[in-house]
Amino acid sequence: MYDFRFKPFEEMTDEDYEKVGFKSGLEIHQQLLTEKKLFCRCPAGMFNKNYDAEILRHMRPTLSELGEYDGTALMEFKTKKEIIYRINRQSVCTYEMDDTPPFLINEQALEIALETGLLYGCNIVDELHIARKQYLDGSIPTGFQRTAIFALNGKIPYKDREIEIVQMSIEEDSCREVSDVGHRRVYITDRLGMPLIETVTGPDMRTPQEVAEVALLCANIVRSTNKVRRGAGAAREDVNVSVTGGTRIEIKGVPKISRIPRLTYNEAMRQWNLLRLREELKKRNITEETFGSSHHDITKLMKKPHYLPIKTAVENGEVIKAVVLKGFAGLLNWQTQTNTYFSKEISDRVRVIACLTTIPNIIHSDSKGDNLTSFEWFDVLKNCSATENDSVVIVWGSEEDTNTAVKEIIIRAKEATIGIPSETRQALRDGTNGFERILPGADRMYPDTDLPPKEITSEVLDDIRQNLDRPYFERIKWYKELGVPKNVISNLAVSPYTKLFRKSIEEYDLDPKFVSRSLTSDLNRLKKLNRIEQFDEDNLEKALKLVRDKKLSHSGIFYYLQKTFMNTEFNFDENSKLLSEDEIKKTAKEIIGSIDDTQLHNAEKKNEITIGIVMKKISLKAEGKTVREVVESILNGGN
Amino acid sequence: MGEKSFKGYSGKALSVLQKFNAPVWSDVELITSKGNYKGIILPRSETADDLHVVLKMPIGYNIGIKAESITNINIFGYKEAHYQIPEKEFPRDPSKPNVKLLGTGGTIASRLDYRTGAVIPAFSPGELYGSVPELADYCNLDTEKLYGVFSENMGPEQWIGTAKAIGKEIEKGVDGIVIGHGTDVMHHTAAILSFMVQNSPVPIVMVGSQRSSDRPSSDAALNLIHAVNTAAESDIAEIMVCMFGPTSDVYGLLHRGTRVRKMHSSYRSTFRTIGDIPIAKVSRDEIVPLRQDYKRRRKDKEVKIIPTFEEKVSIVYYYPNMKPDVIDSLVDNGYRGIIIAGTGLGHVNKPVYPALKRAQEKGVAVYMTVQTLWGYVQMYVYETGREMMQLGVVPCANMLPEVAYVKLCWALGQTDDLEKVKEIMLTPIAGEITEREPSNGYLIYQGGLPEVEEFISRYVK
Repeated sequence: MYDFRFKPFEEMTDEDYEKVGFKSGLEIHQQLLTEKKLFCRCPAGMFNKNYDAEILRHMRPTLSELGEYDGTALMEFKTKKEIIYRINRQSVCTYEMDDTPPFLINEQALEIALETGLLYGCNIVDELHIARKQYLDGSIPTGFQRTAIFALNGKIPYKDREIEIVQMSIEEDSCREVSDVGHRRVYITDRLGMPLIETVTGPDMRTPQEVAEVALLCANIVRSTNKVRRGAGAAREDVNVSVTGGTRIEIKGVPKISRIPRLTYNEAMRQWNLLRLREELKKRNITEETFGSSHHDITKLMKKPHYLPIKTAVENGEVIKAVVLKGFAGLLNWQTQTNTYFSKEISDRVRVIACLTTIPNIIHSDSKGDNLTSFEWFDVLKNCSATENDSVVIVWGSEEDTNTAVKEIIIRAKEATIGIPSETRQALRDGTNGFERILPGADRMYPDTDLPPKEITSEVLDDIRQNLDRPYFERIKWYKELGVPKNVISNLAVSPYTKLFRKSIEEYDLDPKFVSRSLTSDLNRLKKLNRIEQFDEDNLEKALKLVRDKKLSHSGIFYYLQKTFMNTEFNFDENSKLLSEDEIKKTAKEIIGSIDDTQLHNAEKKNEITIGIVMKKISLKAEGKTVREVVESILNGGN
Repeated sequence: MGEKSFKGYSGKALSVLQKFNAPVWSDVELITSKGNYKGIILPRSETADDLHVVLKMPIGYNIGIKAESITNINIFGYKEAHYQIPEKEFPRDPSKPNVKLLGTGGTIASRLDYRTGAVIPAFSPGELYGSVPELADYCNLDTEKLYGVFSENMGPEQWIGTAKAIGKEIEKGVDGIVIGHGTDVMHHTAAILSFMVQNSPVPIVMVGSQRSSDRPSSDAALNLIHAVNTAAESDIAEIMVCMFGPTSDVYGLLHRGTRVRKMHSSYRSTFRTIGDIPIAKVSRDEIVPLRQDYKRRRKDKEVKIIPTFEEKVSIVYYYPNMKPDVIDSLVDNGYRGIIIAGTGLGHVNKPVYPALKRAQEKGVAVYMTVQTLWGYVQMYVYETGREMMQLGVVPCANMLPEVAYVKLCWALGQTDDLEKVKEIMLTPIAGEITEREPSNGYLIYQGGLPEVEEFISRYVK
């Protein structure tokens, strides 16, 4: 069944993805637009790389609620990292540093979360239980993230089917990594503690393109609340991918939806190729049971190496070790992802777990090219009793780290006989992914003893429901029925003024095309032209009402809004009605009579220019269409 | 099915679980009017309401489901959690010092208790080795759980018992003693042990944690490593508190038992030496003395245990507008000693004076300390101070209020003779009164000042 070979990204078809059984689901993280953080009263959304102080911590694995150490936890402890937190007093208090217990959950954040839960059609839990989810990588100074499930079992329509929303949680955001070199990892803490929601979809997407589309759909749904943060890093996706016979692999922290297709393609290819590698090993009679390896200290063999990394290691008094993988000849060059090979799987583990972070951190006998001399390789192979059927991996560093590395190389090679190790992987810029850590299980969750459960009453939910516009999908359908222009629909659906739109149509009986353009394109133009950020909804409504009352023309609303929101004085009588056709004619004649010929330099465009001049004077009180008709008729000699 | 298997549930929630015969730890699917939920029924905290059932979902999260919405429960099995800290036999090496860890109830290694949401300490050498294997690098460790009480519940009974237990261990020839203790009243215990256990030939190190050991960022393991290192290796034969120096995982400080105080409700670096400097700095690798006037380790076993305690002693934190009846009521209730934490150099207002006079007449020992914590009581500077001394109020120099309190309990436990009590109180035994305050004994740097900020930016906090 593994005959299929992955084609280049652009050539893959939906049928190809069906052949490999591509399946993918999303975990979408979206920061909420709140004034303060989730469990303390620090201001939210102050991002700044400057810092006033540093704190150093280590993370130790602990017992979880059900009495087991978590797999990831143990791996992180193996790495023995020193974690440095950079702290800016303005955005971080003693809570984020884990020196003050949490304050009660931010109600504003919870309300926004509940609103999004309702938008997804989820069941809202009756009682919120805040859990601690362990993260021993240090990305949160407590060693755990405070998180709680607030909604379950929702769904969104997509194509001719439904995408399941498995669960939604509200949680605090983590630190941003600055660097990770050797045994020292540095984090900046400005993002730490920001409220966010995580939305988990079912594994319902069948092609990389679908994953991106659903991600965008979900992004629009939450944006339609206008209570979520926008901009770099405010929304991040974790993408789960599997193929037939593979494992659910999580690619963490995808910052842009546009990067999803290539990342998921590469992960599907990696899994597929690792399964093919297992088949190849089987052919060579290498299974979990028959797998063989040995390791050797070859420091003494490296008397005068020219290969710089090993030369430096020798000069620094470090040790050099070789691992023989029996029968693996050639397999370290087995392709896994685009321009990426099995040796990278090994190198990644050595980097993360043994903290040998300077790349290259291994060399191997399947690519003898430009590292050791052939004489040196000969010596190494001979010393390790390796045959031409074997692969030899060489690693260097401190005694302790090299020992860890040797163990890890053997572990990873042996895992190739089993299939695809359960890992979380990091998204890389070139569309491939690298090892991040062993996939954590449910064992890393335990209750937060610092905070009591919180009941979510039906009164609270009813309040939120009352202020909620209809669900995103229903609205889109309705906009289409109303004839809202296609290019405006998606903007309108995520606009803060959807309820004003509804009122304008249902109550004021205004033209949907006109209102939708006014509330989206017109406002966007004002943003760009005049850098206006805030549009007071009352003023918008007032303008629309003036149009309804025939006191402001449709064509004049842009000018009216521009003047209103820029707070500039302008001549507008709120009480007078639109000009009648006769009044327009009279005014137009006056204006035409006073036009200086130099203004009509372009004879061909005489009509247009004249209409423009007239409109400028009376646009607020006259519809453009009428003005055009009147002016054209005057210029064409009518009366 | 007994009551116990519905741990923590009462009222509506209990009756629903009983109705469907689903005790805690049942692996179930709850059928509710809003939807169905799979998971394991967890015990409920007794302080939570009686309306919800707690479910642990397969992904590890807990949620609460309204009991009245449950229409049926499908039971698939039963999965009780068993907490076990991975236990490994603690290795013994004859060339290493023998250290005894006495437990009173702090959280050195621990697990969670569902019923109360509390953290239950794990303690045997095997359990400790399983969670903090580094300890074996320093010593052969034995443990004994003396008590299992929260810090705030420590009292005379536990203090006397601990002092006696220390005596026994020294008698047995142990090389150092570590006392695991909750942090809230650790400085009270450190002070009373400094009086009850005198002339110890070995280090006696009190240790605890500010972040419980069920969390990855806990200070418990490193504090314990520091304490064990001190008990095994240091030549400081005193009662000390060993807790974080900075909030970072860098080093601990060894504070003298009579000069230490918990100064922040939650910081890791909460313990500070007041009015003096700490004895030493301790890390995984070394113990660096910051002063030389400490008592040295000896080979003998000549420890003196004086486990006396009078419980009828109180501490009064003076405030403006205090009425004399506060003192009167203590006297009327048979209190034999009162420590006043006075304002400034050691003052209370005049309306209290008659009550002080009455206390003196009734033979109640009244001592003055300062609520400023730093600095000496000085009752000669103002007339009012001299008047109070005439009313029998004895100034306690720079003894910390809590230290003066436990010392007066200890002294009144030995004698009724107030003159003798006074002699005991004013004779320094373990650094509780110092003759002089070094100029670096009072350093509370003020944040915001450029020079302070510059300092903070240069060292991990």
